[in-house]
Amino acid sequence: MTGIFVSILNGLLLGSIYGLAAIGLTLIFGVMKVINLAHGSMIALGMFALYFLASSLGMNPYLALPLVAVGGFLMGLVVYGVAIHRVIGRAELMSLLATFAVSMIVVGLGTAMWSTSPYNVQFSIPGLSIGRYTIPGNHLVAAVVAILIAAALYVFLYYTRIGKAIRAVASNRQAAELMGIPSTRILAITFGIGIGIAAVSGALIATLFPFTILSGSSYELKSFVVTVLGGLGNPAGALLGGLLLGFIEGAVSPFFNVGWTPVIEFSLFVLILILFPAGLFRIGRGR
Amino acid sequence: MLKRPFFWIIVATVVAFVVLPLTGGIGIRESLFLAAIYMILSLNLNLMIGYTGYVNFGSIVFFGLGGTLGIYAISVLHWPLWIAVPVAGLVVALLALLLGLGILRLRGAYFALATIGVVEATSAFVSNFDPFGGSTGMYISFTAYKPLGGPREALWVAYFATVGLLGLSLLLGYAIKRSRFGLGLFAIREDEDAAMVLGVKAPLYKAMIYSISALLPAMAGVLFFFKNGVVQPDQAFDLTLSIEAIVMLMLGGQGTVFGAALGGFAYEQFRGYLLTSSTFSNFHLVIAGALLLLIVLFAPGGLVGWLHDRWKVTRRIFE
Repeated sequence: MTGIFVSILNGLLLGSIYGLAAIGLTLIFGVMKVINLAHGSMIALGMFALYFLASSLGMNPYLALPLVAVGGFLMGLVVYGVAIHRVIGRAELMSLLATFAVSMIVVGLGTAMWSTSPYNVQFSIPGLSIGRYTIPGNHLVAAVVAILIAAALYVFLYYTRIGKAIRAVASNRQAAELMGIPSTRILAITFGIGIGIAAVSGALIATLFPFTILSGSSYELKSFVVTVLGGLGNPAGALLGGLLLGFIEGAVSPFFNVGWTPVIEFSLFVLILILFPAGLFRIGRGR
Repeated sequence: MLKRPFFWIIVATVVAFVVLPLTGGIGIRESLFLAAIYMILSLNLNLMIGYTGYVNFGSIVFFGLGGTLGIYAISVLHWPLWIAVPVAGLVVALLALLLGLGILRLRGAYFALATIGVVEATSAFVSNFDPFGGSTGMYISFTAYKPLGGPREALWVAYFATVGLLGLSLLLGYAIKRSRFGLGLFAIREDEDAAMVLGVKAPLYKAMIYSISALLPAMAGVLFFFKNGVVQPDQAFDLTLSIEAIVMLMLGGQGTVFGAALGGFAYEQFRGYLLTSSTFSNFHLVIAGALLLLIVLFAPGGLVGWLHDRWKVTRRIFE
């Protein structure tokens, strides 16, 4: 019984990080209706950024997180300028392909530079023991950091000028422009924030598991599942969706072979898309 | 039909695919085989993306599932190739029809996401399903090649059958474009709600084209993995190939049969060049990505779209 409880708790801790990763994706979709297929590659870049800051420069991984976030933000601005700006408002195919092209370029360069062999950030914090089981300290800290960042984003979106401008552009770009909001700049900033969050979530994942340049794609797929659970374009729903996905993974793993988890996840994903396209939790938007 | 120049382009293409390897040898056959597979994927994807305006990110699921079912029929049930290919194709098309009735209620980005989910769910299922060999997949024993006269002859049979499917894909794309059904699909692409008001049965049409676009790729999947000798889930359900198919389509020009075929052929040649060249082999993904980005940003009509913009006469030849 304790085993199941610990498994679910572990799942929830991981789920908060899935949620954080998905917030980056869902924020971008909510504001500019672009599904960012470069999301996974940006998560992977976050992992490698943390690796080089922590292993090569010897920084404490958690102190390196703000640097990763700023790097991700700048990267997001560059990607927006190069690839996204011209496809906003055009057919979905164009934005999907543009972001996928970015992903191919990043993963291709990453593979050429770092190969596809696994990297690992050597680092651990004493864990919490429950009976025969131990919850690693890294997981606890990463989950707390993920939730703090999500809360900070919420405060930013609802209580600052730029945050309010972002929400205004999301609900109606033309009207926002008429109110004097520089919508192009706001879109670029939003994309930067989305990528920054993706990079930080990648960095947090790097403190837990070994990774390669290709690892991003599996977290990208998880982010899709999470955003669909929470409703596309709904950041608060994404965090809950992440926790739900983590809960499912934790609750399923003691009973099924691990290999079946993706079958359940993705079948659920398609079913929820068809049956509840607005997501399971309709909160945070005042509807 | 016989008076249309494009019909003769189709005939010439198929003849070239038959004659070139007979005179040029095995190396050319291997390159053309891969090109034919790519062209089949691109042509059938064109039915969804180019004609109907629905972005199917998971078209590879037809190819992979067809291959898996077909190889299962050949290596475990000991069916002959010529039964396994059409049966696998029909089963996949039927599954696609049922699935299509569900997921085609979604539009735009939601549909695109759902197709990715379908690939991942199917891939994960096949990797865990023991009758299909789990994650290690299935092998074809040499005895399966015997009825065709041995392994060497079997490879030629698989090649010519694939060329046959290529011809069918070209004809199918062309016939649908010229038909009433095709006009309905174009109407859905331009404005689905208006099309429904005008009497186009959009849900049925969409599910039908989704199913039709599954048939030939699934059959090509059986031939590909039959020739390959082994089918593994990682290779059969490779999301990258699915997206490469979209790149081919964009490169040639979506919405045109000629463009879809040209894109598949050009992409295979281009990829082969990058993979074998010593300077670029490490960077083939980077270059392909940069190419895709340039097409999307500056030439969304692809090669054929660019031609059509410059000369009017090409519209009547390269349909």
